[in-house]
Amino acid sequence: MKSGKARGDNSAKALVTAEGIGKRFGGVQALTGVSFEIKEGEIYGLIGPNGAGKTTLFNVLTGIYAPDAGTFTFRGRDITGLKTHEIAAAGIARTFQNIRLFANLSALENVMIGRHVRTRAGVLGAVLRDRRTRAEEAAIQARAVELLEYVGIAPRANDAAGSLPYGDQRRLEIARALATDPTLLALDEPAAGMNASETIGLRKLLERVREDGIALLLIEHDMKLVMKVCDRVLVLDYGERIAEGAPSEVQKDAKVIEAYLGTPA
Amino acid sequence: MRDLLRRNAAVRWSAVVLIALVLIALPFALSQAGTAWVRITNLAILFTLLALGLNIVVGFAGLLDLGYVAFYAVGAYAYALLASPHFGLHLPFWVILPIGAAVAALFGVLLGAPTLKLRGDYLAIVTLGFGEIVRIFLNNLSRPVNITNGPQGISQIDPFSIAGVSFAKTDTVMGAMVSGPMKYYWFLLALLVVVIAINLRLQNSRIGRAWEAVREDETAARAMGIDTTKIKLLAFAMGASFGGVAGGLFAAIQGFISPESFVLVESIMVVAMVVLGGMGNIWGVILGALLLSFVPEILRYTVEPLQKAAFGRMIVEPEVLRMLIFGFALVLVMLFRPAGLLPSAVRRRELAARGEGELAERKA
Repeated sequence: MKSGKARGDNSAKALVTAEGIGKRFGGVQALTGVSFEIKEGEIYGLIGPNGAGKTTLFNVLTGIYAPDAGTFTFRGRDITGLKTHEIAAAGIARTFQNIRLFANLSALENVMIGRHVRTRAGVLGAVLRDRRTRAEEAAIQARAVELLEYVGIAPRANDAAGSLPYGDQRRLEIARALATDPTLLALDEPAAGMNASETIGLRKLLERVREDGIALLLIEHDMKLVMKVCDRVLVLDYGERIAEGAPSEVQKDAKVIEAYLGTPA
Repeated sequence: MRDLLRRNAAVRWSAVVLIALVLIALPFALSQAGTAWVRITNLAILFTLLALGLNIVVGFAGLLDLGYVAFYAVGAYAYALLASPHFGLHLPFWVILPIGAAVAALFGVLLGAPTLKLRGDYLAIVTLGFGEIVRIFLNNLSRPVNITNGPQGISQIDPFSIAGVSFAKTDTVMGAMVSGPMKYYWFLLALLVVVIAINLRLQNSRIGRAWEAVREDETAARAMGIDTTKIKLLAFAMGASFGGVAGGLFAAIQGFISPESFVLVESIMVVAMVVLGGMGNIWGVILGALLLSFVPEILRYTVEPLQKAAFGRMIVEPEVLRMLIFGFALVLVMLFRPAGLLPSAVRRRELAARGEGELAERKA
């Protein structure tokens, strides 16, 4: 499934197109007319100061909130206002800023739950355990083990998710999201709380995911990581788009510097 | 190695066969102590069925339901209306029980749909109200059209009968007396085995995992592509259908039902069975149901003679003592085994994690 697309390849097809996204919470305008495009197989960064609306953008994209204005198109299909589970079914998987694993279930079970949306067995199948259900169940487990190996936490498969070290929990969340067979993986601050060596490991994992043809949308505060791994970056401030482009360009953008450091006196 | 495995399998199978034989022969032994004990056992199994049904809703999906007895009532009335002189209908039980299960499942969805956004205490209050609404309806649906016969209830409900053999009469089979309650016992035992198997298989399935996901974190479950609306309604419907079947059996065994049998205390008893035994653990739930069914009866038969022997008269009524011991036992269990007598692995972890969290908070 390797896409083999070069970084910043302009001919790549658009995977997600967001047009004029707006979201208001009471008196707070969290997002105003945000437009962007994520291309197939790229790593797209989303940065901005605290409170810029990054997580809100994530939440409207993944159907946790409905946007007040604008449209999302995903693989040519309008997905605006779909329910969260429908968006997951369409192929957008996500992780959460404040890890939301099924903490009391084993790591393996967490990933197996991620397979739910791509499998079919119902009550009747569960009760009768016919050959198809058994085969499906075996496939779910095999895929889950494979994904745990992929993110590098297979030895902890039977441990409760909540008992894993922090970095492993982040990895497990990625494995669980990958279990839904996404075309776009949206990660909300995956490096938060990781030490330097864990972050390097994460970067390798993200690059590997991209090599396997899955596009990534990445909210991240670790600028070193963003600059190294992202093909393009969107910068938000006060819910508005202030810059977009290659990390090196964005870094030099006057508006971005102002947003992060304030106006020079 | 393989030899050992084969021998293990053989040992396990002989244990299963042995237990099965004991359980099948049990009513003969029980009836030595009086047919009443067979009846008591039957009611205990009925409550076990109820507890297993509720365990799907409370234990698996984590939806606290305090109105579960409503589904028991719906199943019982479905049976009573379709097999009694009240409407002059006398359908066979194997037709009615599935109808009762289906109607109860429908009521489960009726309860589930408006409460989808509620959790925890709020859900408990609404379900509690639902249970009462159903009971009050049963009490008042005698006018203008007499459907439920109001507080008088419905009597002369048909007993089960298979190939002309009524479950209400005593027969002699090969010189052994087989009473009505014994026949029900075997039916209930078979049903219990089926229900346990269904529960075990559901728990370790795609659906069971989805329920667990909803219980653990609904938002995360949705983000994983689980249609939480559907999966929660499914839990309500499945749990309710078990309650409906148990209700039908209750109606047939008793021969008479009235709204009095479906009061809030019954719901609370079933919840207590699930919690005491160990929420989410099927064997724990069964243990809880059997304990809470049998202990009061054993008390009833021992407290009176014991007190008479000791003091020459009755000082504490068994009924009073029952509630006293019941309450005391619940407090003890919550103190020393908060996850239940036989907790599920998941619940144990949950409480351990919470305990650690509190410790950490206290240290900080």
